[in-house]
Amino acid sequence: MAVNYGSKRVVVGAHYGLRDWLAQRVTAVLMALFTLVVLAQVIFSSGPIGYDKWAGIFSSQWMKVLTFSVIVAMLYHVWVGIRDIWMDYIKPVSLRLSLQVFSIVWLVGCAGWAIQVLWRL
Amino acid sequence: MTELTSASKRPRPEFRNINALSDLPTYRLPPAGWVSILHRISGAIMFILMPFIIWMFDTSISSEISFAKFSSVFSVGVGVVPGWFFKLVALAILWAYLHHFIAGMRHLWMDINHAVSKEFGRSSAIVTLGLGTALTLVLGLKLFGAY
Repeated sequence: MAVNYGSKRVVVGAHYGLRDWLAQRVTAVLMALFTLVVLAQVIFSSGPIGYDKWAGIFSSQWMKVLTFSVIVAMLYHVWVGIRDIWMDYIKPVSLRLSLQVFSIVWLVGCAGWAIQVLWRL
Repeated sequence: MTELTSASKRPRPEFRNINALSDLPTYRLPPAGWVSILHRISGAIMFILMPFIIWMFDTSISSEISFAKFSSVFSVGVGVVPGWFFKLVALAILWAYLHHFIAGMRHLWMDINHAVSKEFGRSSAIVTLGLGTALTLVLGLKLFGAY
């Protein structure tokens, strides 16, 4: 493997951005598929949707596993997007860092809450 | 070449550093530009309203009692805040999700297909804006009980 440290370290064109760019698209596809799965179950259920039908969609184990993956995917997807916004508009380093820390706390907190709701069902 | 440098032509406005207050109100964007900035705004809206979205997930799915509470928030309201206000917030999330979804599909389509032409950029942007607005209207009317 090519040496990528010390004086040989590649500091430009290192594809640091490519990973996030690709991750944002892969997670987007996963979330889009999840949307279609939920939507299909809502549309193809007969009669009005009460509590039983709505909770029933998320009660099977495969759906919990899928929803869990989607929550984690969303965490990463939103982090990339929100970090882009801070990097584009917020120039003072201290403010940018504070907002990035806030975003991480906000997102991890939200993900924890969503996972808690999901797995106690 | 002389056409361009003739003195009779009015100087075109130049934007170097866009000032949010003095430039944005008169800043004209092509349809693709609107899709782009609205993609960002819709993402930010969903980021800020994420606790409300998870609250909806929580109360609607946890138990029949919480489901009833979830419904009453949108029909009756909470305290002094009326139900229609929560419906408006839900409508904002609906629009944000629909626009973000369709604009994201457009992004993916362009990435996969390399369909980067000026015409496709414009027409797909108009479709994105139109479809997002139309679906929001249809679901919004349902939300407010028009049908």
